[in-house]
Amino acid sequence: MSLKPVMTGRGLTKRYGRVTAMDRADFELYPGEILAIIGDNGAGKSTLVKALCGAVQIDEGEIRLDGEPIHFSSPMDARDAGIETVYQNLALSPALSIADNMFLGRELYKEGVAGSVFRMLDKKRMRDFAREKLTELGLMTVQSITQAVETLSGGQRQGVAVARAAAFATRFVIMDEPTAALGVKESRRVLELILDVKARGMPIVLISHNMPHVFEVADRIHIHRLSRRHAVIRPQDFSMSDAVAIMTGAKEAPAEIALPEGAVLH
Amino acid sequence: MAKDQPPTQRGPQEFEQVLEESASEVASFEVHDSSPLARFHHFLHANPTAAPVVVLVVSCLVFGLVADNFFSAFNLSLIIQQVTIIGILGAAQTLVILTAGIDLSVAAIMVLSYMVMARLAVQGDVPTLLAIVIGLAVGLACGLFNGSLVTRTRLVPVAVAVLTWVLLYSFGMPILYIVPLGMIAGVAVGWFSFGPALEVRLPPFIVTLGAWSIFFALNLWYSQSETIRSQDIDATAPLLKLFGVRVEILGAQFTLGSFLMIGIFIVLWYALNWTAWGRAVYAVGDDKDAAELSGIRTDRVLLSVYGAAGLICAIGGWAAIGRVGSASPQSFYEGNLDAITAVVIGGTSLFGGRGAVFGTLFGALIVGVFRSGLKLGGVDVLWQTFAVGLLIIVAVAMDQWIRRVSA
Ligand SMILES: Nc1ncnc2c1ncn2[C@@H]1O[C@H](COP(=O)(O)OP(=O)(O)OP(=O)(O)O)[C@@H](O)[C@H]1O
Ligand SMILES: [Mg+2]
Repeated sequence: MSLKPVMTGRGLTKRYGRVTAMDRADFELYPGEILAIIGDNGAGKSTLVKALCGAVQIDEGEIRLDGEPIHFSSPMDARDAGIETVYQNLALSPALSIADNMFLGRELYKEGVAGSVFRMLDKKRMRDFAREKLTELGLMTVQSITQAVETLSGGQRQGVAVARAAAFATRFVIMDEPTAALGVKESRRVLELILDVKARGMPIVLISHNMPHVFEVADRIHIHRLSRRHAVIRPQDFSMSDAVAIMTGAKEAPAEIALPEGAVLH
Repeated sequence: MAKDQPPTQRGPQEFEQVLEESASEVASFEVHDSSPLARFHHFLHANPTAAPVVVLVVSCLVFGLVADNFFSAFNLSLIIQQVTIIGILGAAQTLVILTAGIDLSVAAIMVLSYMVMARLAVQGDVPTLLAIVIGLAVGLACGLFNGSLVTRTRLVPVAVAVLTWVLLYSFGMPILYIVPLGMIAGVAVGWFSFGPALEVRLPPFIVTLGAWSIFFALNLWYSQSETIRSQDIDATAPLLKLFGVRVEILGAQFTLGSFLMIGIFIVLWYALNWTAWGRAVYAVGDDKDAAELSGIRTDRVLLSVYGAAGLICAIGGWAAIGRVGSASPQSFYEGNLDAITAVVIGGTSLFGGRGAVFGTLFGALIVGVFRSGLKLGGVDVLWQTFAVGLLIIVAVAMDQWIRRVSA
């Protein structure tokens, strides 16, 4: 049995003028796994995942989805392919409501003539769905689903972004520091949600600076250092301090890239 | 490495384990009953048209008390007629301003469009209805020109338009036909999105300031600075004056143009509030980068907004012929500023993403009511203008205050 990667990146390079945000970075994500990405600030983690989901166009390198070379020219393309992303800056529209934000770019229409000819939105169905998803996350401390996102706290906004990604992904989910603004209890919920999503068989890419959380949920840990992939380890094989030492360059990276059991690279 | 001695224990951290015993009921939000001012603030934040409606009602009441014939059917219908054209231009402007842009060329687009309609129908051999359709297409072309410059700067359609002009001109075709044909050729090419884009995004203020001059010059060239007289329109193309036709309802005279204006507002209200396109317009104006990351093709939305604005201006041009009677290339010089005034007084934020199209209708009516009321009260025109200026500043100050979410 051979397990083939869902997505691979080879030699990904991104330059912003004279800054090289990503320098021949590699990446692979296997079916059903949680892949954590750790690295110092500015190591290029966000740039890597943005390149994978079409928000950033790479200068060099190749991205493959299920083995086929692919080019996403916009986040919409990646979304159409079933890839949902929680961005570090959340990417919500402050003046729009929670429900509007969740369905931005994928609105539901009324049935019959109202929907097909007049393109009338089915606001009720969207509100009900949004409320259901937020309740699953235990985030119903909001006053109403129609309140503008700008009236939410930072953590509540993060909850909305996470709920949106988890609800709509069909291939995999990318989360860039999804618990950075969350309280202890809310972080726990998001971690449980991540495990739920994994239980549905969907792989997840999780960027986090929280080592205990990373070591708790990750199947493999991708360590990013100086704009490229430095190592990939299994949490069972190393301690948190080893991982931090590899990440900061205090310790030699293991020569071998850790793969899930039965996996092949290509 | 051996799996039986994991260096790290998996599972929640110790301090997280108490969470299982923590309160699990869904928290209900306690609304700390705030001061009346804070509640008023919240109300205005949630209802962007509330403030202009209140101002409109109050000013009507005040002027009704001060000037006795203010509430006459004649005066009220006159106010509505006077705001028709500015209302339509304001509707177009609202769309653009909601995307955090501005269109300084709305009046120029309107004048160019109606000059095309009037000249083709009166001086050319074109059936009136076709002339009107061509005029609408010219307005759309102007709007798309602005839109393409604020998005990805595709110059090929513009080059095609200019090339068509030069070619047809050298074949000796009259200017009368050259200008609209060139513009329609440009739109047709742009439709198939031919040609590379420069990938520069120009600021709307500068683009439309330039466009205003360009359309104005084009208009003078096209019309040879000549006005098409009312009697000529009556003789050859009465359909051009359709929106000047009056109907009497309850003793008040309304023009069809007033109904057209209200119709445009209703259509835009529907499109902005009940379609995905409307949500996208707000999202783009709110935070363009976030909208792009949320999967909205922001450039397409912007292009459609500027194009729709151009088309609405051209429709307004048709109504303007009915309102004025003749078609003059020099009219509506202040139309741009009046339209922006209506939008701002109507509570739409110049920073984009906030506001409602009906606010602009109320904004235009407020200006009309002020001008009419002050005039009936015997106040000099200069003080009317002064009052409108004050209104603008108050409206912008209100907007800034309302935008502060947590007061
Ligand atoms: N749009 C941009 N323009 C210029 N430089 C950029 C841009 N985006 C990222 N960079 C640069 O690329 C490098 C990597 O940034 P990136 O956001 O990927 O880091 P990160 O690993 O996600 O950091 P953090 O942990 O702080 O989120 C940084 O040096 C940053 O300055
Ligand atoms: Mg980052």
